[in-house]
Amino acid sequence: MLPEFELLMPRTLPEALEMLAQRAPDVMPIAGGTNVIPDLRGGRYRPACLVNVASLPELRGIRQEDGFLVIGGSVTMAEVLEDPIVAQFAPVLQEAAKMLASPLVRNRATVAGNLANASPAADMAPPLLALDAEVELASRESIRRVPLKDFFVHVRQTVRQPQELVTAIRFPLPPPGSRARFFKVALRKADAIAVVNGTVRVDLTENGRCQAARIALGAVAPTPLRAYEAEHVLESQPLTPKDIAEAARLAGEATRTIDDIRGSAAYRRMVTEVMVRRTLGEIAYGEGEN
Amino acid sequence: MEPRLITLNINGRSHQVALKSNVTLLRALRDLGYTDVKNGCEKGDCGACAVLLNGRAVNSCLVLAWQADGAEIVTAAGLGTVDHPHPIQEALADSGGVQCGFCIPGIVIAAKALLDRNPHPTEEEIREAISGNLCRCTGYALIVEGIRRVAESRES
Repeated sequence: MLPEFELLMPRTLPEALEMLAQRAPDVMPIAGGTNVIPDLRGGRYRPACLVNVASLPELRGIRQEDGFLVIGGSVTMAEVLEDPIVAQFAPVLQEAAKMLASPLVRNRATVAGNLANASPAADMAPPLLALDAEVELASRESIRRVPLKDFFVHVRQTVRQPQELVTAIRFPLPPPGSRARFFKVALRKADAIAVVNGTVRVDLTENGRCQAARIALGAVAPTPLRAYEAEHVLESQPLTPKDIAEAARLAGEATRTIDDIRGSAAYRRMVTEVMVRRTLGEIAYGEGEN
Repeated sequence: MEPRLITLNINGRSHQVALKSNVTLLRALRDLGYTDVKNGCEKGDCGACAVLLNGRAVNSCLVLAWQADGAEIVTAAGLGTVDHPHPIQEALADSGGVQCGFCIPGIVIAAKALLDRNPHPTEEEIREAISGNLCRCTGYALIVEGIRRVAESRES
């Protein structure tokens, strides 16, 4: 049995933002409910009011806009998996969505919710960090865009204020030489929370030099993070085995792991290094190397 | 909290029901007599409560009933009955994929959602499609076999 709460059912975004403003701070948006409902049941939070944002027309759809890919605030994992624009420009998002929870959950869970829930292990966080995504936060008063790298504050905490709603996630379309891969280590293949997850992205020039690198990691610190020092080792260089090994070592060093039911701190750190090295190797030399 | 009158279209039948805001779709369905929808974990881990919501397979324990107001809902019993089973239900029974049976309504829904989108899935795709459905009896082998048989019989 769920605790009692007031449930508001706005039909438009302005209506929803008005409701959030009036009920803040004791209010929570709900869309797919795949985190909110278990958390209500488990007593993690107990807001007096929920605002249903699952069917707001303004939050629907994935589109291309001025060199950006924009994912609406109510877009589900299933929609990401089926979308041809995502397949063309950011297949790494589909790699991650495919490994998130189960098909039953993916038909409800939203990208915005995966970020706003701020689990350290959120599967959408590393690929979106690697894509330099921004989170669009709207309130009755204003709209602001926060780089995803500044969005997460701590475990289950973000910069989102109670009256704000994640209305979209957007990122610049990667250049043609950009390659990105998602990895996830979990206790089983499906419907599992990551022990470590991450995304490695390198933008290569025509002669194979690395113009820009992104290494984003999850489940290894209180928030998803970027391994900046590891990225710097790769930038402006060809991808040599030596640099790849050094970047992987620095990625392991960037972690602040803990022991928990899914893995030890030492294992997480070691597996981070291995997975970053392996994934960089796959990007540089193709599948099956390393 | 005041109940609100909503419409649930279940297996082709329209129900007007007054429900409080904290009632899940799972609870609403079972209270209306659709007890083929099973209450397993109530947190989206087991898939026993799966239904089709506007054509997509979802865990009904993670949907608030008000969110399903006006939606088309299909449960396993809406696909077929003991007298007139759906081919998926028949194949699961014939293959020996049903032991205690508790997970089967959810598996039937997951399989239906798969075959509607992908009539000829690989074994990997079948396993993926039911990866949110826990079965503690069978080890899945005969369930996968049953779903594979449906896909195969459709080829002929």
